[in-house]
Amino acid sequence: MNVKTPSRLEKVLAAGHLAVTSECGPPRGSDPQVIEEKANLIKDYVDAVNITDNQTSVTRMCSLAACIRLKQMGLDPVLQMVTRDRNRIALQSDILGAASFDIHNILCLSGDHQSFGDNPQGQNVHDIDSMQLIQTVRRMRDEGKFLGGDDIKRPPQMFVGAAANPFADPFEIRVPRLAKKVKAGAEFIQTQCIYNIDKFEEWMKGVRDRGLHEKVYILAGMTPMKSVGMAKYMKNRVPGMDVPDEIIKRLSGVPKDKQADEGIQICIEHIQRLKEVEGVAGFHIMAIEWEQKVPEIVKGAGLYPRPDVA
Amino acid sequence: MIVADRKPIEEIIEEVKGYKHILVLGCNECVTVCEAGGKKEVGVLASALRMHAMNEGREVQIDEHTLERQCDHEYLEEIRDRIDQYDAVVSLACGVGVQFMAEKYHSTPIYPGVNTTFLGATEERGLWTERCQACGSCILARTGGICPIARCAKRLLNGPCGGSSSGRCEINKDVDCAWHLIIERLKALGKLEDYEELSPLKDWSKDRAGGPRKVVREDVQL
Ligand code: SF4
Repeated sequence: MNVKTPSRLEKVLAAGHLAVTSECGPPRGSDPQVIEEKANLIKDYVDAVNITDNQTSVTRMCSLAACIRLKQMGLDPVLQMVTRDRNRIALQSDILGAASFDIHNILCLSGDHQSFGDNPQGQNVHDIDSMQLIQTVRRMRDEGKFLGGDDIKRPPQMFVGAAANPFADPFEIRVPRLAKKVKAGAEFIQTQCIYNIDKFEEWMKGVRDRGLHEKVYILAGMTPMKSVGMAKYMKNRVPGMDVPDEIIKRLSGVPKDKQADEGIQICIEHIQRLKEVEGVAGFHIMAIEWEQKVPEIVKGAGLYPRPDVA
Repeated sequence: MIVADRKPIEEIIEEVKGYKHILVLGCNECVTVCEAGGKKEVGVLASALRMHAMNEGREVQIDEHTLERQCDHEYLEEIRDRIDQYDAVVSLACGVGVQFMAEKYHSTPIYPGVNTTFLGATEERGLWTERCQACGSCILARTGGICPIARCAKRLLNGPCGGSSSGRCEINKDVDCAWHLIIERLKALGKLEDYEELSPLKDWSKDRAGGPRKVVREDVQL
């Protein structure tokens, strides 16, 4: 796979390294330090950092502004963009805004439904969907054209990513759905948090059977459990999440003050196992409001130091 | 059909509390089928308004009438000779009927008696569900006859999203995931491979987004 953009993440992947990405949720306020502090905790342990876009539909500082901060700190940000809150005019416009700061990665998402957030009475936009956002960025980059057909002066140079949930239903279309995202133009995938390793491997087999792992870089999504309470919440309350009982059992088996360590340990073991799976190109470590643990996980999983590709 | 739901009675009482002579006007079409604004509901609402006024010691006259349709000039004309008697009309028609009434009887206050809710069908007695959003350019040929615009909470044209779980939508376990239904249907039709066709960006100019819509048919105009 040739490099098509100046993205650091793309270079790491193209060079055949297992990539490591992580993410930061922007603050519910305008203090820029929050982002900087989080970024400083992880910056030497990852190749790129996602900034979430009003995740779970809770209003926060915008992803684009937070990405600019990271860029100015010398990091390689991944701009997450949901189609829930912006129409095609605003999406293209924000893409150009990001490109003007040389933000070179984008993750195209549809976004959680607004009923989960702090404005359940709000309208949702969904003018286009995540697949169509992938197509939009690719068109802007590769053809240098707006959706309306006009030429873009200095088109964006973005490495285009998408999410995949190997565990959502119906399972039988989970591989076809990935194929569709690849067809739309996705170049890297960050998966939903993986706890059910067997099921993920089954999905990866389907991915390999269709040769999709040769067309798209798949980063396995990992989120360490902080406690058995979190595991139960994820299992029962978070749509599309598959947490096997053995994880809950294992966490319940240790005293409360050791559960966080156990959660990190499980995460490291999972990464180690998944490193061996053909087609896994790296890891996306989402330590939600627990960024300080990312270095430990990356080191523990043998993914440190990060390669120098610049 | 157009599905409507009854408005809270307190809301209607509050709107019409200043009037003495009120006409409660039903419609014999969709709102009768969905049991929100037909002859029966006109009777129920009129009695409730009378009772409330009586309890408050106010004298009011509430008349009841139900038209064949409120979205049709011809039927609305039926009440032209009586309309001036009324201080106000509570229309139990859908929003179309309410507006048509207001346009026709320009100096009579009209109040909606129902919340017009969606284009849907009767699944069983007492249960109506949404099927169509009148987007103006039907895509059902490409989605197995199931509409993701009306039935997917994110109107995804290339669904399902990652929140689909056991056939249910991420917003609520009581709501079917439209994309799950589409996939089941494509399977039943032996066309699952159609799932991998990317659906193009939708032209929303035929939808509400394009402004108020009009259908002009010169071939049938008089
Ligand atoms: S779960 Fe299904 S119906 Fe609900 S938003 Fe996702 S794709 Fe649409």
